[in-house]
Amino acid sequence: MIDLPAVVLVGIGGSVGALLRYGTTRALDAEAFPYGTLVVNALGSFVLGLVTFAGVGDQALLLVGVGGCGAFTTFSSFAHDTVHRFETGETVPALVNATGTLAAASAGVALAWVLVG
Amino acid sequence: MESARPNRRPHRLMTPSGRAMPDAQPSTDDPRPFGAAAVVALIAVGAFAGAVMRYGVGLGLPGPAGTLAVNVAGSLLLGLLLEWAIGRGFRSRAVRLALGSGLLSSFTTYSAFALDLTGLTPPVALAYVVTTYGLGFLAVLVGRALGRSAGGGPA
Repeated sequence: MIDLPAVVLVGIGGSVGALLRYGTTRALDAEAFPYGTLVVNALGSFVLGLVTFAGVGDQALLLVGVGGCGAFTTFSSFAHDTVHRFETGETVPALVNATGTLAAASAGVALAWVLVG
Repeated sequence: MESARPNRRPHRLMTPSGRAMPDAQPSTDDPRPFGAAAVVALIAVGAFAGAVMRYGVGLGLPGPAGTLAVNVAGSLLLGLLLEWAIGRGFRSRAVRLALGSGLLSSFTTYSAFALDLTGLTPPVALAYVVTTYGLGFLAVLVGRALGRSAGGGPA
């Protein structure tokens, strides 16, 4: 059962996270490589790790973790960009993006564990 | 701050006698930007819905299965949306901001995917990565094919 406060927390966190993502990717994504998308996915994974491992309250987890970090990071844009680069022959950037995002996001989660786990 | 309401007829063509010419066909690739307030509102509303939908899926399908479901479904729908939007110009920019940058990009997530991996044994984690990437990339292709067959943009 979804109760209203949880939905509002997740939604507000999602709106803020998405706007921060939009600003970051607009500033950093380049023709040569989607630096901004990689940064949001790594940074958002780090922050989700922090709030999860630090054992913050349920409300903070819904607002910052599920809403904020969930919406700040994105899989669909990452997948679309990677597929497009494979199709246009940019094989190296595509492979670096696919593996580098996984490595950077995992490193972010691991760093969060080291810091607060 | 720019006005959130774009001026739809900035250059009305005039005949030599000063009478307005009939409107030309509207451009399908209109570069007029939205005001910042409109961009913020479109993304915020879409993202609110996308994050809540992801939360709902997670309640019904907790853990990696739910994350996989939103990421594959969202990638398919983004492929469909972007294909549809090609060449549709001004109106499609609002739809792309609300549904693409807002809703679908917030519905899908990478952070939950990365965090899911910590709870899995190495073989299962590897299978999860391969499945998410494989189905997610395939979903982009399927979504775009559906967008084209459903009458993609005129470009």
